[in-house]
Amino acid sequence: MDLPHQGFRATKQRARAAPSAGDAVLFDDTSSAAPGMNSQGFYTPAYNMAGPSNDLQGAPGVNNLFADPMASAAMMYGSSLANQGKDIVNKEINRFMSVNKLKYFFAVDTRYVLKKLMILMFPYTHQDWEVRYHRDTPLTPRQDVNAPDLYIPTMAFITYILLAGMALGIQKRFSPEVLGLCASTALVWIIIEVLVMLLSLYLLTVHSDLSTFDLIAYSGYKYVGMIFTVMCGLMFGSDGYYVALAWSSCALMFFIVRSLKMKILPSISSDSMGMGSNSKPQLRLYITVATAVFQPIIIYWLTSHLVR
Amino acid sequence: MAFTLYSLIQAALLCINAVAVLHEERFLSKIGWGVDQSVGGFGDEPGIKVQLMNLIRSVRTVMRVPLIGVNSVCIVLLLLFG
Repeated sequence: MDLPHQGFRATKQRARAAPSAGDAVLFDDTSSAAPGMNSQGFYTPAYNMAGPSNDLQGAPGVNNLFADPMASAAMMYGSSLANQGKDIVNKEINRFMSVNKLKYFFAVDTRYVLKKLMILMFPYTHQDWEVRYHRDTPLTPRQDVNAPDLYIPTMAFITYILLAGMALGIQKRFSPEVLGLCASTALVWIIIEVLVMLLSLYLLTVHSDLSTFDLIAYSGYKYVGMIFTVMCGLMFGSDGYYVALAWSSCALMFFIVRSLKMKILPSISSDSMGMGSNSKPQLRLYITVATAVFQPIIIYWLTSHLVR
Repeated sequence: MAFTLYSLIQAALLCINAVAVLHEERFLSKIGWGVDQSVGGFGDEPGIKVQLMNLIRSVRTVMRVPLIGVNSVCIVLLLLFG
């Protein structure tokens, strides 16, 4: 069954049931001499419909798709429309947030993720907390393990929602609305925390390079601790939950204080304005400590109802 | 405490309304928080009080007109859906 003009369809032939005899009129390939064409397979009918008109125009049977000028013109118009739409969408998005800045936060690799998770759970042995720069631009997370990223918080948030659904299902309290409610509650708490941080940083005129995305990243790191706590609570019961809560709270507080201390608190080799800022370092320290203390509270608040 | 995003929007709207009703002459000047009482210290970073006064003034200036629209939308939604 290997007719010469079927060479380009050789890979698509399948042994399927032939179409019914009533459809034979549509599927007959009048350009071929073989009557047993109908059993060739699924992809032949489409080519067959173009086949007769092809042969009528005398074009070779290879480029069936572009032989019809209307089809090719329509395809080019459609692709230009799609490109225009894509440009418009990109322009509108760029008005609200810079996509390049967002791409920086997702430039991670496996090694970075593993090291960062280790640091989040056990930060006591990590020595160097300084975010390294390369000619005034911060290094991407691939090159610097201290750089904040948004990949881990996003994945941890989604994992937390799934885990909450599973925990509620174990307790037979699950319904699909609860999942959405849990997700929006956690999201609202992140938004509140980021807004309070931004407000306090503005009021104390702390000129740090902490952008909004950085604050979202540092707020999102607590979800890793939450996941660990809920897993231990599910596996080991109430005692395991409290032990894991204490462990992840201490680790997270240490991590937040060490990470934000570099950015918020003034450096030791300070500037010439030594006067009038006596209360400033204390207030900045209060902000850092308050952020750190807030983490265990919110972890407990968001997970205690999952582990009874 | 189960939040939805809409309850967050309502809470934010209430807070901004609270800031917007602080009148400049009748109230803020009386307690020493008017903008004419902020001494601009050049070269020195402004303290918390000055920053807060600037924040209140800018919120009142920026949000005065949009608040009308957002409040109306919120009232209509509350009347319709409870």
